[in-house]
Amino acid sequence: MAKGILVDMTYCTGCHACEVACKQENSFPVGISGIKIHELIMENGLNTDRVQFDYYPHFTNHCNLCAGRIASGEDTKPACCKHCGTASLIYGELDELVEQMKDMPRSVLHKPV
Amino acid sequence: MSIDYDRVVTSTAWSPGPGCHGGCGVKIYVKGDKVVKVEGDENHPYNHGRGCSRLLAMTQFMYHPDRILYPLKRIGPRGDGRFERISWDEAYDIIEEKFNKIKQDYGANSVIFIQGTGRDIGGPMSIVAYNYGSANWSQLGLAGQACYGPRLGAMSAIQGDNSITDASQFLEKRYDDPRWKAPKVIIVWAQDPTRGCQDGFYGNWIVDCMKRGSKLIVIDPRQNFLTSRAELHLQLRPGTDAAIAMAMINVIIENDWYNHEFVENWCSGFEELKQRASEFTLDKVAALTWVPKETIYEAAKMYAENSPGSAIQWGLPFDQIGDGVHAAQAVNDLWAICGNLDVPGGQVIARNGYHVSAYPFDNYQLADMFGDEFVENVVQKRIGSDEYGWLRKWRCYIQPDLAIDQMLTQKPYPIRATWTQTANPVARGADVKLHYQAMMAMDFNVVVDLFHNATTMSVADIILPASTFAERTGFRSWFEPVQIIQPAVQVGECKNDWDIACEMAARFNPEFAKRFPNGFADYMNWRLEPSGETYESLKAKGGWKWGDAETRTEEVESKVPWIPYYRYKTGALRPDGKPGFRTPSGKVELFSSQNVDWGATGRTIVDPLPHFQEPPESEVATPDIFKHFPLVMITGRRSPVFFHAEHRNIPWLRELDPYPDVEIHPNVARDVKVEEGEWVWVESARGRVRRKVKINPGLNPKTVSCEHGWWLPETEGRSPYLYGCFDVSINNLVPHGTQARTGYGGSGYKTTLVRIKKMGEGSPCWPPVSVWGRWPQYYKETK
Repeated sequence: MAKGILVDMTYCTGCHACEVACKQENSFPVGISGIKIHELIMENGLNTDRVQFDYYPHFTNHCNLCAGRIASGEDTKPACCKHCGTASLIYGELDELVEQMKDMPRSVLHKPV
Repeated sequence: MSIDYDRVVTSTAWSPGPGCHGGCGVKIYVKGDKVVKVEGDENHPYNHGRGCSRLLAMTQFMYHPDRILYPLKRIGPRGDGRFERISWDEAYDIIEEKFNKIKQDYGANSVIFIQGTGRDIGGPMSIVAYNYGSANWSQLGLAGQACYGPRLGAMSAIQGDNSITDASQFLEKRYDDPRWKAPKVIIVWAQDPTRGCQDGFYGNWIVDCMKRGSKLIVIDPRQNFLTSRAELHLQLRPGTDAAIAMAMINVIIENDWYNHEFVENWCSGFEELKQRASEFTLDKVAALTWVPKETIYEAAKMYAENSPGSAIQWGLPFDQIGDGVHAAQAVNDLWAICGNLDVPGGQVIARNGYHVSAYPFDNYQLADMFGDEFVENVVQKRIGSDEYGWLRKWRCYIQPDLAIDQMLTQKPYPIRATWTQTANPVARGADVKLHYQAMMAMDFNVVVDLFHNATTMSVADIILPASTFAERTGFRSWFEPVQIIQPAVQVGECKNDWDIACEMAARFNPEFAKRFPNGFADYMNWRLEPSGETYESLKAKGGWKWGDAETRTEEVESKVPWIPYYRYKTGALRPDGKPGFRTPSGKVELFSSQNVDWGATGRTIVDPLPHFQEPPESEVATPDIFKHFPLVMITGRRSPVFFHAEHRNIPWLRELDPYPDVEIHPNVARDVKVEEGEWVWVESARGRVRRKVKINPGLNPKTVSCEHGWWLPETEGRSPYLYGCFDVSINNLVPHGTQARTGYGGSGYKTTLVRIKKMGEGSPCWPPVSVWGRWPQYYKETK
């Protein structure tokens, strides 16, 4: 069954733990990572000074959903999902993630491989 | 591909390494004699398996090519950067001889012992200082003692105990414990918990609470992730927090929203507070703080209407702004009159489990170790205690601003040497150059650290290499749980901070050696005694023990001093077992007699009520400076990948936050004609530093924000360059000697007036800021 990662953008704080977890797990050098956080700063409108700060984790061509980590039985989920400080990276089967997505505003589903 | 390992050691992550105050449970993966991976421990109730970027980069930290692996002795002049390897015995012999000579010639108080922020260092540092015989244990460089001291002091004086946001951290079952309720509202005040775990509070707990229903009010000069998700944001003028708090108290009392039951039964001084608060009208405070009066009113209403059962998560700026103690007192009074003290989801009283503490905190415990006469000497001789009574009664640190003055003037008595551990005062003291001069004026400086930095390079005569948490034994008892640190490997000849301290203490004081023949191992078990555990027994249990492990009940009212809630009703808080708080009157003293009494032992008079004081520099206090420097600079904004001055040399982390920045509003960029990413000068009345522009529309156009702790480990370390610390460290701009009337607070870290200046064509851009290409082993080889 195909797996993916669901991102809950309401709670991603941009703490960068996922990026370093990925680099450690895969021994990536500087410049290479399976996941990258983008900061999105957007003004809320013409009549307010409030600004929206969002963080968006993007999966790259280096992500293999931690195939080795999971195959070895060391963990049931990829390193980024384990260390996500706010549990906003959710690993699972695509069908189940789509179900979860229905009640999760501002979410993005990734299928890196 | 996964990482190959042959054993896993469970432990506690506490400085050095990730560097922070937290107590995360971790798993250290070892292959042979080398750590190959570090992860969070999913069974640990503190962090539930999560690890931050700094923890996950531990292998780069531990095996960094620049790490100091052996004791070093300076050869050649100071600043020349030449050191030779010596043995531990030789290093200890030199220190012992030099320190004993200074003791003989000038007295033991002529040595200052310097620690950084209060991680696993208060114990080691106090033990070396006091066994040597010096009263001068310090956080040198921290102007106005600006780290938790003012808030802790205010809480101690007013309510007899420290209290913190209730994120269920005192209950082992955490969010599943039926006694706990999520705070209905959390006021996140002057802190961004998503960027780190300040004061031992795991930052992500705030988001855990949001997921369980907590609504947010954020009071912060800068917008961020949390303000975007908050019901209300109060974007205040930096340093005016006390005025906001007093206005909220005023609104709450005027509208009769306060908790009558709690105020009548458990508080004293309400009328005095009411009268003082009435001076803070909404119109006046709105003008003073830049926050619309409607927003202040709404915040007060929302917090009061959701009390009891709401919390205030406050941050370090309270310790730094004008009269920090009295600003903290205002917030303390606010949660008290709303009845939030020690209720589920409120401001839970924070006692360490089983009352285990790493080192003697108060004078009684000190006397037990060193005798009454010694304690009396410490209290009298501590730098600043003549001026500030609070220094005799509250906390053991000396007053850091006065200490720098004394090092430079040698009055009222000489200071001839320092011992620095987990600190980098030369690069980080408020007014950097002054700290450099003060340290250079010493005859002899010992520095304990893991990497070379501005302090080791410029002033160190002996350098001792410290181990990371993954290489040492230890214990942690900061709130909850009581837990141990277990070594996984050895790196070089690096030593545990605690072992260094206990070994030197035994050399200075034969009594210490007699009492703890096995050094730190004996000392640790002595401190663990109240929990009924030893290092070995905790190890057998898996590494930790929560305070409620033996007395788990469903009862919400607790009779055990370290288990929540409603302890003031059961008598658990007071030594005499009577209901009430641990204050002279047993009440929460909104009008604080203790505040006055503590102050009265020194030369300065202390106000018993909360008040607002203008920052040392501001549009109101110093209009002349404001004319030339029209922007208020806040510093100290945390980067999630760094801890204070640490980690700038860790490639995986530096990659994510490569440059020392200055955040400015688009309007400022337009006025100064600079672009995103452009290098500019940030100038204050004291000097200028180089910074890279980051445009942030979430700032007030009159405020700019700079990260602190910057130095450039990829550049020249020898004097006079010192890794660029005079070029980029923001504390070059921050004043020294502006402490408030208690000796605490009043520094300029959040309120320094600055201007932004474009670098003209051909402006010097030196030293080069380029981490890329240094430490080649962490980069891909170019074909």
